[in-house]
Amino acid sequence: MMDAPLVAVTGLKRYFDVSAPWLSRLLERKSRRLLKAVDGVSFRVARGQTFSLVGESGCGKSTVAKCILGLHGMTEGTLTFDGREITDTASRAAMAPIRRRLQMIFQDPYASLNPRWKVRSIVAEPLRAFRQGGQSGGGVRAQVGDLLRSVGLTPADADRYPHEFSGGQRQRISIARALAARPDFIACDEPTSALDVSVQAQILNLMRDLQREFQLTYLLISHNLAVVRHMSDSIGVMYLGRLVEVRHGDALFTDPRHPYTQMLLHTIPSLDVIGQQRTPLAGEVPSPINPPTGCHFHPRCPHVNARCREESPVLRAVPAGEVACHAVQEGRI
Amino acid sequence: MVHQPPLLEIRNLRVEFPTRRGTLVAIDDVSLQIGEGEVLGVVGESGAGKSITGAAVIGLLPEPGRIAGGEIRLNGRRIDGLPEEALRRIRGKEVGAIFQDPLTSLNPLYSIAAQLVETIRTHLDLRPQDARRRALDLLKEVGIPAAEDRMDGYPHEFSGGMRQRIVIALALAAHPKLVIADEPTTALDVSIQAQIIAVLKRLCRDHHASVMLITHDMGVIAEAADRVAVMYAGRLAETGPVADVIRRAQHPYTHGLMGSIPQLTARTDRLVQIEGAMPRLTELPAGCAFHPRCPRAMDRCRADRPPVVSAATGHQVACWLFEDAAAPAERRDG
Repeated sequence: MMDAPLVAVTGLKRYFDVSAPWLSRLLERKSRRLLKAVDGVSFRVARGQTFSLVGESGCGKSTVAKCILGLHGMTEGTLTFDGREITDTASRAAMAPIRRRLQMIFQDPYASLNPRWKVRSIVAEPLRAFRQGGQSGGGVRAQVGDLLRSVGLTPADADRYPHEFSGGQRQRISIARALAARPDFIACDEPTSALDVSVQAQILNLMRDLQREFQLTYLLISHNLAVVRHMSDSIGVMYLGRLVEVRHGDALFTDPRHPYTQMLLHTIPSLDVIGQQRTPLAGEVPSPINPPTGCHFHPRCPHVNARCREESPVLRAVPAGEVACHAVQEGRI
Repeated sequence: MVHQPPLLEIRNLRVEFPTRRGTLVAIDDVSLQIGEGEVLGVVGESGAGKSITGAAVIGLLPEPGRIAGGEIRLNGRRIDGLPEEALRRIRGKEVGAIFQDPLTSLNPLYSIAAQLVETIRTHLDLRPQDARRRALDLLKEVGIPAAEDRMDGYPHEFSGGMRQRIVIALALAAHPKLVIADEPTTALDVSIQAQIIAVLKRLCRDHHASVMLITHDMGVIAEAADRVAVMYAGRLAETGPVADVIRRAQHPYTHGLMGSIPQLTARTDRLVQIEGAMPRLTELPAGCAFHPRCPRAMDRCRADRPPVVSAATGHQVACWLFEDAAAPAERRDG
């Protein structure tokens, strides 16, 4: 049995109002339009493990991370962290000790670091904000040095500006900043997508070393299935705001069940098969403003039947995880 | 047998960018060939010079870059250093181009049909209605659904994948012999990437066009290319048939690059790590540009730049480790 999860998300929904302005709606008789970026997502992340969300752009994976961090409010659903419900974000003071324990690393290391600040100020900001490491300047200085060393930079780098660093080094600075708050949980939103492969390998190795050293729990957001396999203990596949498959260990790769997962795995170019054409996944991701009825994947699915068009499937247990698919439940695939 | 020159031959190309702080050498002594109907993958990390190589071929080097040495031949005819007017006739007619972001390759103010017809009529002597028919055929070929109804639509009405299909149609509109595809799938989702690579391969085969496929993604190369050239810091590190380079990488850089790619099929505890980062062009080390990161660097690597030598048939490496293996005749120095 899984012990108490560090993070548990239940029935998370996040809708965005993308209606036309009030006057246009009145004059042109348009109705309100909602973009259901996240539409009922539940998962648990065990302490010290990595849970990954994969999916194509617009499937809502980054929105889930931002909801957990409190960067987006939730439309519906509950969120527990270390056994405490943190859904109600009304009281800033009550949330402050929890905020410290939840940190984030962003995709673009060029946009997420203030170009006018020295690395020292960037990394020390969480120390100041959360009043860590005493008030003495020397204490902060020493801590910044330690943090930079733990991500493979040198304490002398604290006196330089972000533009003096390469993309990979900047991502190391972002990681040092996230670590400064001594978090338990770090949401990593496409942490290596902007990096070259050789640098990506350095950052992925570093993330795993730090996870072991500080007992970190990661939520990894990525569209790269190979990166996800390399890093994760459990994986959730998202499609148009819903989880279609959640699997533990290697099950997603050795025994994918949902037709979308199967097709996604099939479209990844592999270095093992040279010159072999993949079967391209037909069609494109539909608009989340007006998603298909029933199972969102049904217009692209080879196993579709009448039920799939009307009734939206829920996650049901399969070996090492859960799958939301009528065809799997009916034993058609 | 008549000796057939390669379709594209780049010989000892050198591209320089004069700056206030001195001259940067973006491409240094690079030689490549592309045969008829062949897909050559050019792979490397950002700043390796792969896009600049493509830009040099179509005469679209960004300012203030210039070709400072070597030659580029298309069908045996030199095309470097041609006047702008002559280059414009080659671009589109003989060499088509596909860039990373389809939105910037298409004019947002003109319909798809208008842009295709313009390109077709610039290069081919066709009446407007015939050009429009050809445009429609091309759009059908690249797989635009309901092409007849949608060809008068504007770029913003199409999705990213559809736009990239339209760009492929544009690149092939005037029967070019060579298509330069610079990161054609990088801006797209994985499920769309496979579609675009399939369309690109099929169309270039059907239209007998060779392809220079520039990408940072080894997976795309493995799937689409016949041969591959690995670039590092503006120089050629290794070139050969795609299966040889991927399975039997010779250059320590290529070797590290392969190991650093996480694989779907197997799970490793730790990825191979190439320490450090590619040097900036302003800070290129002496000797082999890779030596500060190379686990097998020797004294010689720090002093002298390695020549390109043959490691196997059609497989060439620029590395001192293979100097002795090379046949003496293929050495550049005596």
